[in-house]
Amino acid sequence: MAFDLTPDYWETLRLTLALATCTAGLLLLLGIPLAYALAHGRGPLKPLLEAVVGLPLVLPPTVIGFYLLLAFSDGTALGRFLINTLGLSLNFTFAGILVGSLVYSLPFMVQPLQAGFQNLPRSLTEAAYTLGKSRRTTLWRVLLPNMKPALLSGTVLAFAHTLGEFGVVLMIGGNLPGRTRVASIAIYDEQQSLRYPQANAYALTLLAVAFVILVALFYVTKRDASRRLL
Amino acid sequence: MLDFHLRKALHTAAGPRTLDVALALAPGELVAISGPSGAGKTTLLRLLAGLDRPDGGFVRAGGEVWYDQAARQWLPPQRRPLGFVFQDYALFPNMTVRENLAFAAAGQPGAGPLVAELLALMELTELAPRRPGALSGGQQQRVALARALARRPRLLLLDEPLAALDQPTRLRLQAALAAVHQQYQLTTILISHDPAEITRLAHRVVELDLGEVRRVGPPAAPPTPATVAGRVLAVLPGGACGCSCPVGPR
Repeated sequence: MAFDLTPDYWETLRLTLALATCTAGLLLLLGIPLAYALAHGRGPLKPLLEAVVGLPLVLPPTVIGFYLLLAFSDGTALGRFLINTLGLSLNFTFAGILVGSLVYSLPFMVQPLQAGFQNLPRSLTEAAYTLGKSRRTTLWRVLLPNMKPALLSGTVLAFAHTLGEFGVVLMIGGNLPGRTRVASIAIYDEQQSLRYPQANAYALTLLAVAFVILVALFYVTKRDASRRLL
Repeated sequence: MLDFHLRKALHTAAGPRTLDVALALAPGELVAISGPSGAGKTTLLRLLAGLDRPDGGFVRAGGEVWYDQAARQWLPPQRRPLGFVFQDYALFPNMTVRENLAFAAAGQPGAGPLVAELLALMELTELAPRRPGALSGGQQQRVALARALARRPRLLLLDEPLAALDQPTRLRLQAALAAVHQQYQLTTILISHDPAEITRLAHRVVELDLGEVRRVGPPAAPPTPATVAGRVLAVLPGGACGCSCPVGPR
């Protein structure tokens, strides 16, 4: 099948990669404290918090997109606060689809990290405590360095999942070239206009990128696992 | 040095019981705790270290209150100057042997020389650049002991440190433990099932069963300092450590 690389293609690809990179990076920062709290928490609120984090896994993306669209609009108190007080008009902007992506990919970061924390022997934390180390020092020097595969999995999955996002971005961002039009939406748009070579360019790129990312992830985690045994 | 009375609910195979142990240790004393599994031995060490919360009682160490239920005092584990050797050693896999010790010694004056001294004492200098995953069980055990000492603790808690090792390694490590105890004069509590080990190392033995003290007294054949030193020399290869270790409390 034909394959057509237009200037639009490069612009859309750049925007898609920017969105996925920002999402994965910010989720890593947000996900570490959240996963730590979920892994070590015991309170009655823990199942509730876990359910909230896991919701994007089961909800149709359009549901998330719909409510975020409402929340960002001036019809709600939150929206008015964002627009009037913070000057943040999020609907149909890059910042808006970034917030949507953060919500949508949250479980893909938090769940591997939570499992990573829970798989570390409890005695590692306790040994650090009996050596006089604070929680923060223990987290940075002992826990995180020993769960690199989980950190990598979470980051890569959040990145790849954001690449494949469609419903949330379409609801919040629409289809504005150079601003909110990401590759997955461009495929739909080109196909609707019967421009199959252009659609194919996006589709083939996403397929190749996703495949290469997953191969790299499995290669690295396997190498890491075998190195641990040495 | 150490004076405590601790209570904590236990879930034993024989149903719920209460761990209730009161004991006072003289400075430099080495007390062994033995008893069947589920007796509450590990729980007792964890309560002393502050890793678990007791239901009641007190812990006083060297004039400091670590825990007192009546006065609602509680010192977190980070602020109790003790060394804890875990049953699974709990070495940090991301750090080399030297880094494990340096991490433990960090923030103290003279951390560098202390690490070098401990590496030499536990015969770990050659293994210093290796990671724990590349060490045998006996070697990991020596690292765990050296790391526990790197914080310059006043109290040493050893949770069945030699249980998983073969007999020759055990004997060597018992000798190393005796040497460490002699050199640093640390008040020590050792969990052990091995009567020979208890006889060789301990001044007193506490037998626990289902949370209660069954017997406190001297081990079957109480060792004198002379025999301990003698056995150290006899067991170590060439008696090397007995001669090269600086003697006397620091």
